[in-house]
Amino acid sequence: MSAVVENNNHHDDHHGPQKGFMRWLTTTNHKDIGTLYLWFAFAAFLLGGAFAMGIRAELFEPGLQLMDPIRYNQLVTMHGLIMIFGGVMPAFVGLANWLIPLQIGAPDMAMPRMNNLSFWLLPVAFSILLSTAFMEGGMPGFGWTFYAPLSTNYPNIAYFVFAIHIMGASSIMGSINVVVTIMNMRAPGMTLMKMPLFVWSWLITAYLLIAVMPVLAGAVTMLLMDAYFGTSFFDAAGGGDPVLFQHVFWFFGHPEVYIMILPAFGITSHIISTFSRKPLFGHASMVYAMVSIAVLSFVVWAHHMFTVGMPLVAELFFMWATMLIAIPTGVKVFNWCATIFKGSITYETPMLFAIAFVVLFTIGGFSGLMLAITPADFQYHDTYFVVAHFHYVLVPGAVFSIMAAVYYWLPKWTGNMYDERMGKMHFWLSFIGVNITFFPQHFVGLAGMPRRYADYALQFAEWNAVSSVGAFLFGLSQLLFLYIVVKTVFAGKKATPQVWDGADGLEWTVDSPAPYHTFDVPPKVK
Amino acid sequence: MKNKLWALILYPLSLFMSADWLDINMPVGVTDISKEVFGLHMTIFFVVVAIGVVVFGILFWSMWKYRRSNNKKPATFTENHTVEMLWTIVPTLILIAMAVPASITLKKIYDHESEEGGIDIQVVGWQWKWQYKYLDEQVGNKPLSFFSNLTTPPDQYEFNRVEKNENYLLEVDEPVVIPVDTPVRFLITSNDVIHSWYMSDFAVKQDAIPGFINVAKTKVNVPGIYRGNCTELCGERHAYMPIVVKAVTQEEYEEWLQSKREIIEQIAYLTEKEWSSDELLATGEEIYETRCAACHQTNGAGIAGFYPALAGSDVVMNNKAKQIEILMEGIRGSQMQSFAEQLNEVEMASVITFTRLAWGNERSGDGEIVIPKDIVEYKETNL
Repeated sequence: MSAVVENNNHHDDHHGPQKGFMRWLTTTNHKDIGTLYLWFAFAAFLLGGAFAMGIRAELFEPGLQLMDPIRYNQLVTMHGLIMIFGGVMPAFVGLANWLIPLQIGAPDMAMPRMNNLSFWLLPVAFSILLSTAFMEGGMPGFGWTFYAPLSTNYPNIAYFVFAIHIMGASSIMGSINVVVTIMNMRAPGMTLMKMPLFVWSWLITAYLLIAVMPVLAGAVTMLLMDAYFGTSFFDAAGGGDPVLFQHVFWFFGHPEVYIMILPAFGITSHIISTFSRKPLFGHASMVYAMVSIAVLSFVVWAHHMFTVGMPLVAELFFMWATMLIAIPTGVKVFNWCATIFKGSITYETPMLFAIAFVVLFTIGGFSGLMLAITPADFQYHDTYFVVAHFHYVLVPGAVFSIMAAVYYWLPKWTGNMYDERMGKMHFWLSFIGVNITFFPQHFVGLAGMPRRYADYALQFAEWNAVSSVGAFLFGLSQLLFLYIVVKTVFAGKKATPQVWDGADGLEWTVDSPAPYHTFDVPPKVK
Repeated sequence: MKNKLWALILYPLSLFMSADWLDINMPVGVTDISKEVFGLHMTIFFVVVAIGVVVFGILFWSMWKYRRSNNKKPATFTENHTVEMLWTIVPTLILIAMAVPASITLKKIYDHESEEGGIDIQVVGWQWKWQYKYLDEQVGNKPLSFFSNLTTPPDQYEFNRVEKNENYLLEVDEPVVIPVDTPVRFLITSNDVIHSWYMSDFAVKQDAIPGFINVAKTKVNVPGIYRGNCTELCGERHAYMPIVVKAVTQEEYEEWLQSKREIIEQIAYLTEKEWSSDELLATGEEIYETRCAACHQTNGAGIAGFYPALAGSDVVMNNKAKQIEILMEGIRGSQMQSFAEQLNEVEMASVITFTRLAWGNERSGDGEIVIPKDIVEYKETNL
């Protein structure tokens, strides 16, 4: 894409930000809100990571050493909730806030005040959720999937339900903002098919969010009714159906999985093209692939429930539908490889993370394909094989793509280059750590170790110890990430507007750091 | 010093030498279905490995070959419809090739009816134990039924004071016994929350869901003891409700059934006997440790917010009738379940007596004990 940009830096000082805390509380600026989201996600990532360290420390050897199983279940549950709703999703929303207006040549998001509200609801929701830690009965301990009827009899569930409602409201507002912005505020000449892939991925993600967040709200509301108002949606003794809960939950849950990966596809496409110094291969088919994945995500939910006793036809349908997802996903991987093919490639930190994303996400996709095979899933289901699978697509998948994005756009955000040597060190420590952590979990899973176990049989001891060592390595290396980012915010080699010589897109036409207000006059896209 | 050095070198080596490092794949199992599932697993595994080798091979080769120091001028192509078609169609064909055998095996797993005969065992998940009911074997007017509880002592898992058993967390007091070469239908359900009955060696995993009965059929070819787990998060002691299946020959199975019947008859006799509080206390403490202490704790203090204390509880100290009722009926909407089927009259009386006398309850309360006849009377008037 080529762009003619005029006057983009002219009026950037006509009203600057307020000073101090009020700037952040009252801001309606997409860049400020993006920054808030990203720091919130980072904090959640460290907290959720600390919980994961607790889990791995307990699993280091058989027996209960550090905590009772109640506490263990709480850590498992909160680790999942914090990483999903506090880490990955807000990080992607933060990137969307920063990048969508810059990439489509818009001055800001379409609804700036709502944007502010949708961010500030998040700390409220998480305060409510975390406040249960200081109550009798403690934090939720029924897993992030909160299956009824285990969850309906749990203490403090009302706090959990209220927190989820608020997070849902925040997500829906954020997504509507994204859709309205993309649909109405693109620079003249930017047709839908010329739109950068990160914007495309977020357009699709936003529609998924709008579609499924109300379903999640319905699930938690029914749960609340069962727990406090005497209904029996999920209580068999009252004529209800515990399996209904799982259908409702996974109708939300599976699109949710893709909500956490589609923006990663967009990010990876940009970075691979930039560092290969070659336009992305198959831009259109990348878009079609993402749309297909999104559509398919609504008809595969019951592959999470192969063992609940569905009839044969249902099992066959969900097996076949799930296998179909491999096709568009494969197309994306092949397109990335074709983009690299005959490029002129350098390996800066963002590129390293992006390539690790392609390889390790594909490994997660392979185990996903294995899990789709229903008869084999009867063996894999709810074992560590599943834990390994979804951590491969979420940690070296979604999380690596977020790290890649941070390194890639950090010079644009701060005006400073990050320290390349330390960035690479962070990459290699993370890459090694993540594989030592999660690869052995395939082994113990296949050998039959169930997930969400505070304690396990002796045959699994060795690989669990290895996995824990890897987890500590991965966890500690993220402190290095924090250090690198903070250092770049305050100092570093000054970045040029272009930053990366192979980069293409409107965001690279504005100064580094990006002025507080950009594209007051829309650029023209040819 | 020298010895320590050797130990440092030898210890990691000894870890590498132990067989558990190689325990990294799905078990082949001991049923026809489990062997077929293993075959499917290995087939798809090799298919994805092959795809991985090709794709990653091309990727890594391109990464090396087209590094900037080797290729200054990047190509500029952006599309090629032929390859796009190719890498859509070829994976589709591979997927179809995998879906066909998978569907055939699945249909076999779902075929519960074609084989005549066999035995039906109802499996009921409880927090946190399994109950097995042999529906074809009547004792008195009820099917033969028993509970299967973890026997690994807290000294091993909670306090780590003694060395762990070989079958740590995979051992129970009463395994479910089945005959080999006979179709066995497990009719799986739950009494409280969702559990899942997972026996890897049979390739069986079925959720135990309250209000539903799920069927899992198996036919074991090899006699032996097989161990499995609960695989659906069911609360605090999810990891502590293992499954042990003992597959035996038809004759051994008949013998086992006979001995079970005799034991049940013997218990009926024991309820008639006069019991002293000391006798009751001795059995009561043992039962309390295995059945109650997980929630109410060994010291009777419970866990605040989850499980009420028994030490100093008004019901336990002063209301014998109410306590019997709670143990027999459970408390609806809480995790306190009915023990009417889990404990026989003698066990029930002993454990109640134990709680009424322990932790200073005897001093502060009425100190009345419960004898097996009380339980028999309760059953006659209420059940």
